[in-house]
Amino acid sequence: MSLSRREFLGAGTAAVAGTALAPGVRLIELAAARRPEDAVSAKQRWGLLVDTSKCSEGCTACVDACHEENGITDHGKPLTDAQWIRKVEARDPQTGYAHSLPVMCLHCETPPCVDVCPTGASFRRSDGIVLVDKHICIGCRYCMMACPYKARSFIHENLTDQKPDAPRGKGTVESCTLCVHKVDRGDGTTACAEACKEDGHQAIVFGDLNDSQSEIARRLKSESSVQLRADLNLNTGVRYQGL
Amino acid sequence: MTFSSIRRTAVLLAASVVLAAASAGAADSRGSKAARTPLPQVKITKEGEKCVEPTDIMRRRHMEFILHQRDDTMHRGIRTTRHSLKNCIDCHADPKTNSVLGEDGFCQNCHAYAAVSMDCFSCHTGKAEKQSAVSGLIPLASSADVSVRDMVVMSRLQTAEHNAQPSATGKSQ
Repeated sequence: MSLSRREFLGAGTAAVAGTALAPGVRLIELAAARRPEDAVSAKQRWGLLVDTSKCSEGCTACVDACHEENGITDHGKPLTDAQWIRKVEARDPQTGYAHSLPVMCLHCETPPCVDVCPTGASFRRSDGIVLVDKHICIGCRYCMMACPYKARSFIHENLTDQKPDAPRGKGTVESCTLCVHKVDRGDGTTACAEACKEDGHQAIVFGDLNDSQSEIARRLKSESSVQLRADLNLNTGVRYQGL
Repeated sequence: MTFSSIRRTAVLLAASVVLAAASAGAADSRGSKAARTPLPQVKITKEGEKCVEPTDIMRRRHMEFILHQRDDTMHRGIRTTRHSLKNCIDCHADPKTNSVLGEDGFCQNCHAYAAVSMDCFSCHTGKAEKQSAVSGLIPLASSADVSVRDMVVMSRLQTAEHNAQPSATGKSQ
């Protein structure tokens, strides 16, 4: 019926030990790279931080690197050619202040593209990466209409010579995968962030928003940043500074 | 008298049926040249290395393995190589074309014969990421041709029929 004094004290000690151990265990888990046989988990939330003050106008290093990494080719049709990442030149008409920023899939926590998908092809992985399962995508393009950031593209042409890590095919929708194959491999970066760094701008930082030790989390905590269309409450994984 | 003659006729009839069946089986088993569609030849370019599962299981169930791995990788980020399409391609790509497609391609060769379409390669590349030779474990010059007759037989006939056929062929020779 009632706990004896000894049992009560024993349970209490165990509970204290459990809480004391938990933070330490979590830190180790976050630090260790995921093994190939382990599934992704919500312990991580991958994202990008883009500092537009470091992004230079006319530079397309991130776009070129993305297209190279994922084998995105130009069909000479600018209206329908796939673009996973694009450069947007923004200008304040009143003051004339202009700046340049890359826009890609922002990997929302509550993605509208997932809400509208009739087949479940558009989905959010538990580590925050929003993807299209092209095996079940029927090419209806509802997600393209739902995305407030125009991040998705539809493939109109037959494709050949795709990259082994980035399968792409006619009749399906696609967008930035946050270089999911690199993330799963443990590279700890994306093609765009890598290219930006190599070019000396360092405008794009990739990292785990949940890991308080990561550069991205530390900067988001200590510096001001915004989400594009924050009014939509989508809690984007890609954040911007200097807008 | 009458009964024994009937019995003899019956025995003769039975024997001729068995012989006919046996010779038909023999013709069938040697019929790759005579057939309208030549049987595909599966080229195993990495002799000596084992496939991820026994050959008979791979022949029957490779599509299930790939499908299972597909969902695990896509949705859960599990990237083990054992049953991944990329691993199949890296190992089975023809060293000349670096691909599993094409006339002699490991995948296409057989699927064309069996008239089973593959959807994999409308999105996935059929080319190996790394040249087969890169592994450097086994010289590629030694290639063994494995008939896929077993595969066709296994998919279409009962196991009993499949087992009976070699003995019938043996009798006729």
